[in-house]
Amino acid sequence: MTSLETTAPGPVLALSHIHKQFPGVKALAGAGLNLYAGEVHTLMGQNGAGKSTLIKVLTGVYTPDSGAIVFDGRPIAPRSTHEAQAIGISTVYQEVNLCPNLSVAENLFIGRYPRRFGMVDWRAMRREARVLLAQLQVDIDVSQPLHDFPLAIQQMVAIARALRIEARVLILDEPTSSLDEAEVQLLFGVLRRLRDQGMAILFVTHFLDQTYAISDRITVMRNGEREGEYLCRDLSRLALVNKMVGAVATATEEAIPTAVLPATPVLLRARGLARKGALLPLDLEIHQGEMLGLCGLLGSGRTETARLLFGADRLDAGTIDINGRGQAFAAPRDAIAQGIGFCSEDRKHEGAILELSVRENLILALQAKRGMLRAIPRARQQAMAQDYVNWLGIKTASIETPIGALSGGNQQKVLLARWLATEPALMILDEPTRGIDVRAKQEIMGFVATLCRKGMAVLFISSELPEVLRWSDRMLVLRDRKGCGTYLRGELDETTVLHAIAGEAA
Amino acid sequence: MNASFPSFAHPLARPLAALALLLLVDFAMVPGFFHLTIKDGHLYGSLVDIVNRAAPLMLTAIGMTLVIATRGIDISVGAVVALSGTVAAMLIGGTMVIENGAPSYVSRIPMGYALAAAMGAALLCGAWNGVLVAGLKLQPIVATLILMVAGRGLAQLLTDGQITTVYYQPFFFIGSGYLFGLPFSLFIVAVVFAATALLLHKTALGLFIQAVGINPVAARLAGVRTAALTFFVYVFCSACAGMAGLMVASNIKSADANNAGLLLELDAILAVTLGGTLLAGGRFSLPGSVIGALIIQTLTYTIYALGVPPEVNMVVKAVVVFLVCLSQSAQFRALFLRRTVPA
Repeated sequence: MTSLETTAPGPVLALSHIHKQFPGVKALAGAGLNLYAGEVHTLMGQNGAGKSTLIKVLTGVYTPDSGAIVFDGRPIAPRSTHEAQAIGISTVYQEVNLCPNLSVAENLFIGRYPRRFGMVDWRAMRREARVLLAQLQVDIDVSQPLHDFPLAIQQMVAIARALRIEARVLILDEPTSSLDEAEVQLLFGVLRRLRDQGMAILFVTHFLDQTYAISDRITVMRNGEREGEYLCRDLSRLALVNKMVGAVATATEEAIPTAVLPATPVLLRARGLARKGALLPLDLEIHQGEMLGLCGLLGSGRTETARLLFGADRLDAGTIDINGRGQAFAAPRDAIAQGIGFCSEDRKHEGAILELSVRENLILALQAKRGMLRAIPRARQQAMAQDYVNWLGIKTASIETPIGALSGGNQQKVLLARWLATEPALMILDEPTRGIDVRAKQEIMGFVATLCRKGMAVLFISSELPEVLRWSDRMLVLRDRKGCGTYLRGELDETTVLHAIAGEAA
Repeated sequence: MNASFPSFAHPLARPLAALALLLLVDFAMVPGFFHLTIKDGHLYGSLVDIVNRAAPLMLTAIGMTLVIATRGIDISVGAVVALSGTVAAMLIGGTMVIENGAPSYVSRIPMGYALAAAMGAALLCGAWNGVLVAGLKLQPIVATLILMVAGRGLAQLLTDGQITTVYYQPFFFIGSGYLFGLPFSLFIVAVVFAATALLLHKTALGLFIQAVGINPVAARLAGVRTAALTFFVYVFCSACAGMAGLMVASNIKSADANNAGLLLELDAILAVTLGGTLLAGGRFSLPGSVIGALIIQTLTYTIYALGVPPEVNMVVKAVVVFLVCLSQSAQFRALFLRRTVPA
């Protein structure tokens, strides 16, 4: 194991030689982690590297098969999240797991309402809630229901709740995946303050930029093991990616050749596409075999555009032509019938049907397109599923495994296959690489690019600008629910696009 | 129960075990329980009796299974049973006339039309539920509550709250006739079961129902016609209940709007649950629901056969149902395992 010169005293929390076996999978094989007081420590690794399992061991969700957890010099073995909290380890999960219909104050004190004369002391609760949030420099009406607030604030409430329980270790499992840039900065401000107060913070993320913006120390995991522990300033980005992937990756930034205006016929033409509260009139054209990138901040109308094109939401105004013929999509199935596929950004709620098998998930859209009565024979379903599993390199025990048992990246590949099976003329990909690891990301975009060259048109939505810049032939920039310019690839670099997105002169 | 029951792998293993256990109790306690005789070319015996009496419940449970698999529920099936039975009985009516010294039966309108009208009424009920749930997006329990009250009310209105007796021999065949030595009602159940199973497996209906039950949003985005599918399962469920209503009316030779199918919706939901289908929707088991219906009927039979006083009858039933439900709970089984198997 790596030994490090550090000025800090011993770790406040140390995990070593952790093993955890699941049926058919060795999730952790000698994993370890050292958390120091007053440091932000980032845990990195590809999907399936064992990050989630390690955190679940740490927070008492799983019991390890073997290994030691030492907290403050004493060995501990938390058997539930409750026990872990009592010890001083608090966790904020990726999905905010609070009760959206309760007030902010109630969420902060749930299970531990302050009491007075045997009754809940609402006034004390609100007062203490305000104090708690003030520590995070959040000033909101704590008597309002939580769902009235943006996700970032909800995340803050979750952190405040974690802090209320006098934690010494705070674990944040991908807290930023649904936050926009300004919200991320707000969150980081809070984390820095907590760090300066001596908290040991474990941060899990897929975003390299964020890792370097906040971390003091990085632990890289690979195949259920600790690959190594590094001080952030000693580890270059390229080196980090290489350690995660376990191979020598070439430079991630390659020269981007300038694209030419597509010569192929227009596949889809939208005019004046609009929906109240979602999108102001927008025109767009997608050519056959073209990848059109949609960029803009969260809330700029990216997903809204995709949903309107797919018939998932009703148009208030505007027209959609496909190959020159006018369309009126009343439901997604109408768009599917016209050869459109749509991978939603919300994999869990709008994509995967978790309890159904990989095979069932994979054939669902094609089956729906064929209609209920023309069932795909079982043998063909199996052959198709197996082909896609092989081709896309989907890691699953079998095609009959429930998709919920797969890692995020592999689920995403199954959903991609679901649409590829319908042989779409236009594929709409909304954040297809969100929350998945570097290698799966490369693979998925590689497959899509291959199909693009064979004539499939793609509408590619991503909040990761370098990805859009790299893969798209043209880019449509959205700002405040309005289109504000289309650019050819290579016309702009990251900085100028950022300026377009932000609405400033370059 | 033996200690190995938590390790059952097959989803039908647990309901089957519960049924076997009940039958075992009957074998030990009720003399001649498994005794079957052939009289006049008909098979007689307790087992035949149980299966025959369970027929309406089995039919209703088959329909209910699909509704529950889509995350829905239909509490109007009892009312539909009453309504379809009433429509059929009133339209058939019937008198015995002596022609040339031989008795013969005359119905008010041809029986085929009467049965069609009864089924038509049931389908209308289903369409009503379907529109409320799939079209207006009412919560299923609220939507079907309307018909639960209104359907029985309508049936009572039609009969003036009186029991309408049927005098028409051919109608009795549905609920009490025999074919190839077995009760005719069993053939109806078998045909409906086979047709449903075929529909589920030979078309994509089964896949779509599960997809909608587990994740309706994702199913719609994948192109599944969720609203049409939801509408269909409510119509189907009512159709099953309508057939059950014909069976009940035929069996009691009358239309009893007050009591026919009373609380049948609860037994049907229980049968589906006992069969291993979760009320949360998704994965379902059609044979499981049929077994669930048999469990309920066997239980009723056992209670009567053991001579349990009528006043504690319901309590005994409740206790047994509670135990069966406990055995379905993974958490309870885990507890049970930890207690009985030393680590």
